[in-house]
Amino acid sequence: MATISVGGKDIEVDEEGYLVTLDDWSEEVANHLAQTEGLALDESHWEIINFLREYYQEYQIAPAVRVLTKAAGKKLGAEKGNSKYLYELFPYGPGKQACKIAGLPKPTGCI
Amino acid sequence: MAAKATFDVPQMQEYPIIPMLKPNAMKTAGPFIAKPEHQAPLGFPCELVENWEQKAVEKLGELLEKYRSLRVYLDACVRCGACTDKCHYLLGSADPKNMPVARQDLLRQIYRRYYTVPGKIFGALGWEWGKKLIGAKDMSKEVLDDWYNYFHQCSQCRRCSVFCPYGIDTADISMAAREIMDSIGQGQKYCNEIIGKVFKIGNNLGLPGPALQDTLEGLEEDVEFNTGVKVRFPLDVEGADILLVTPSADFFAEPHVDGLVGYAKVFHQAGVSWTMSSYASEAGNFGMFIGSYENMRKISLRIRKAALDLKVKRIVFGECGHAWRVAYSFMNTLAGPFDFLDPKYPVPQHICEFTNELIKAGKLNFDKSKNDHLKITFHDSCNVARATRMGDVEGGQFTIPREVIKAVCNHYYDMPAETIHDKTFCCGGGGGLLTDDLMDVRIKGALPRMQAWKQVVEEQGVTHLAAICAICKSQFTKVLPYYGFKLDQVVSVHQLVSNAIILDGQTEE
Repeated sequence: MATISVGGKDIEVDEEGYLVTLDDWSEEVANHLAQTEGLALDESHWEIINFLREYYQEYQIAPAVRVLTKAAGKKLGAEKGNSKYLYELFPYGPGKQACKIAGLPKPTGCI
Repeated sequence: MAAKATFDVPQMQEYPIIPMLKPNAMKTAGPFIAKPEHQAPLGFPCELVENWEQKAVEKLGELLEKYRSLRVYLDACVRCGACTDKCHYLLGSADPKNMPVARQDLLRQIYRRYYTVPGKIFGALGWEWGKKLIGAKDMSKEVLDDWYNYFHQCSQCRRCSVFCPYGIDTADISMAAREIMDSIGQGQKYCNEIIGKVFKIGNNLGLPGPALQDTLEGLEEDVEFNTGVKVRFPLDVEGADILLVTPSADFFAEPHVDGLVGYAKVFHQAGVSWTMSSYASEAGNFGMFIGSYENMRKISLRIRKAALDLKVKRIVFGECGHAWRVAYSFMNTLAGPFDFLDPKYPVPQHICEFTNELIKAGKLNFDKSKNDHLKITFHDSCNVARATRMGDVEGGQFTIPREVIKAVCNHYYDMPAETIHDKTFCCGGGGGLLTDDLMDVRIKGALPRMQAWKQVVEEQGVTHLAAICAICKSQFTKVLPYYGFKLDQVVSVHQLVSNAIILDGQTEE
């Protein structure tokens, strides 16, 4: 099993870099994961990451794209309530890349 | 898979070219191997079993007994070469083992060694020259590695079988090989993890009931906000007439969800009562991809149970390619009889068929100008095109989706004839290959479709590619940018319906 080292602690990740144990997540871990994806997290990223984590806590799954864009639109303003904005933040796709950084499991299926 | 990963994207040409072969160009370790927790729920050994060489040969023998077709396919090939340049993975990757005949031979060499008389004799005598003469090989790690790699570079699209004079179905061979590998403990993570989620949660995504409910309520709000009409997205409504079974990607991803909105608007305007099911919240059936009758059956039985529990009269399938194959071709024997449904309607019915009938009966009104900013072409999904039909006329699976599109769009153009209908090219991501760890294979396999698409983009000014399969939609969203197009140039067919349909009481946007 692969591991990443954050703040002197070894954390298990799967073949694709997703956390194996969701409780291992911390803001420091998120920054580390973002770095491996070539992203520097700013306030806009954090708004999305925090929403993903809140939604996951309630529903045990990442939000559907429409749920996410609508929440982003409500919280951050209508101009941010679309997937184009989310792709600008997470170029490999809000579904997968943002989930990885937020410490959530990878969504599977025909997506 | 990091965002910065780069791939060797094949060059699109002026016209299709059969590439110079590059042996071993795609020789890799294959996709991620299933972990014990992905294998166990499907009834497969958790890791490579002891004596796996012998067990694999025995499993092949079992399948030969079970499926007469498999033995015919392994016997019948005369090496005429008609299939060699018909596979999109061969055209995109140039690896000779992606020629359909070569892919078949990976299994055929073991068949010849252990299940033909000369193979048994040469094997017993240990005569290597004899085995070589008849194309037979002993089962070995090298063979298993080739199986695992190259049978996961086949999307089971069956284009090659259209051109084979004997109709040899490489998809069946690839399914058999995957079943053998599962039975000795070497499954593919992507497919097997997903099947486990269907058993545990009800769909490929792992979307639990409450999240599904929340998502559907959100869609109701959106449609009401945009149209002023309260279009319902009902879930688990007992006594509804129609059960809609659709891929869970329709709840989750774009442009899939816009197709779901389209189905809901059609149902609403038709005035029928319908429901979705949280228990059978998945149309897709990955049991087919791994050739596992038992798992395919278990998934299909969920649909039967949901239909019985909800006391529906009809089952309609949403836009999902291989789901339609399983539903149309296998569901009755897997999970039938469906004699409790209303015999006046086809069992099952495709959503395009449902919508087209209403269009023909003049029951839906459209403002086609709402799609005037789009010039559309249609991608025939392989499982729909080559394994099913729609409606009651031959070729309905080609004409009905196009009739629906033309009823709602003013600008429609077909891609070149040798790339559509039963000769359609796979999107490159079907058959259990729609996973990030196979991105290189997916990009290369998309080449022939991208080339045909490029032609209508350049010659007719086509702007969007419409599809009726969740896998096709996701695959194109991912690979279009590698070929210089935009990820949002793919649309759902019912998204076009949704754009143009005029709902009673609708307010102008």
